[in-house]
Amino acid sequence: MVPIPYYLVLAALLFSIGIGAFLIKRNIITVFMSIELMLNAVNLTFVAFSHVHRAVQGQIFVFFVMVVAAAEAAVGLAIIIAIFRARQTLDVDSINLMKN
Amino acid sequence: MQLALFLIFAVLCVLGALNLLLQRSPINSALSLVVVMLSLAVIYWTLGAEFLAAAQVIVYSGAIMVLFTFVIMLLNAGEEVKTRGSKVAYIVGVPAVLCVAALLSYTFLHERAALGYANLGGRLNDGASNMAELSKVLFTDLLLPFEVTSILILVAILGAVVLARKDN
Repeated sequence: MVPIPYYLVLAALLFSIGIGAFLIKRNIITVFMSIELMLNAVNLTFVAFSHVHRAVQGQIFVFFVMVVAAAEAAVGLAIIIAIFRARQTLDVDSINLMKN
Repeated sequence: MQLALFLIFAVLCVLGALNLLLQRSPINSALSLVVVMLSLAVIYWTLGAEFLAAAQVIVYSGAIMVLFTFVIMLLNAGEEVKTRGSKVAYIVGVPAVLCVAALLSYTFLHERAALGYANLGGRLNDGASNMAELSKVLFTDLLLPFEVTSILILVAILGAVVLARKDN
């Protein structure tokens, strides 16, 4: 018997750490990994609420999020490889072509 | 008993996430993200989502993180450097993130009476397994979205191949 709010608080902590990593990290691959961490945190809230409401629809949402995350990871990493080929760097501060 | 299981894997999850934040080398961050995802699989299982627990291990920590590790090794990504941008992110980002975490945690703990408890191995409806229930909805009501995801994955494969191709 674990109170459901504990799961939600864990998801909130993971999501906050994900936002923090997204803001602080300077490596574009690590920034991308923190997006995956945030997606995982949201998935946990979906599963927890699906348990609360005794409805399977929340788990189906998570299933679709997983599919989209896999597609997103493939395309995103291909973009990272293309950026690295063009500019020879992974530092997000040096990728500032559209800044000025 | 279930509380102990939850606490062990919740602590492992948060430690892995913090390790992702604190490590300088991307490969260490990727491996700590694998720890987070595997612990989340156990937590899904305690909530009665057996299919998602398996899919989490296979898709996330199996496929996606292997892809990340391949790219880190392919690009030979080393330690990141501290810049002026990251100092601003520390000063503005850390308090904002703490506010978000505190607000969400307060809201969830305040509404704890309405949310109830999680029971280990609790089925959503008595009799049917998690897998059977999920596939029943997925292959009847949501058949069209399910088929559309296959087109999405096809487009993603083509996009990845086009983007990562070496142009001559």
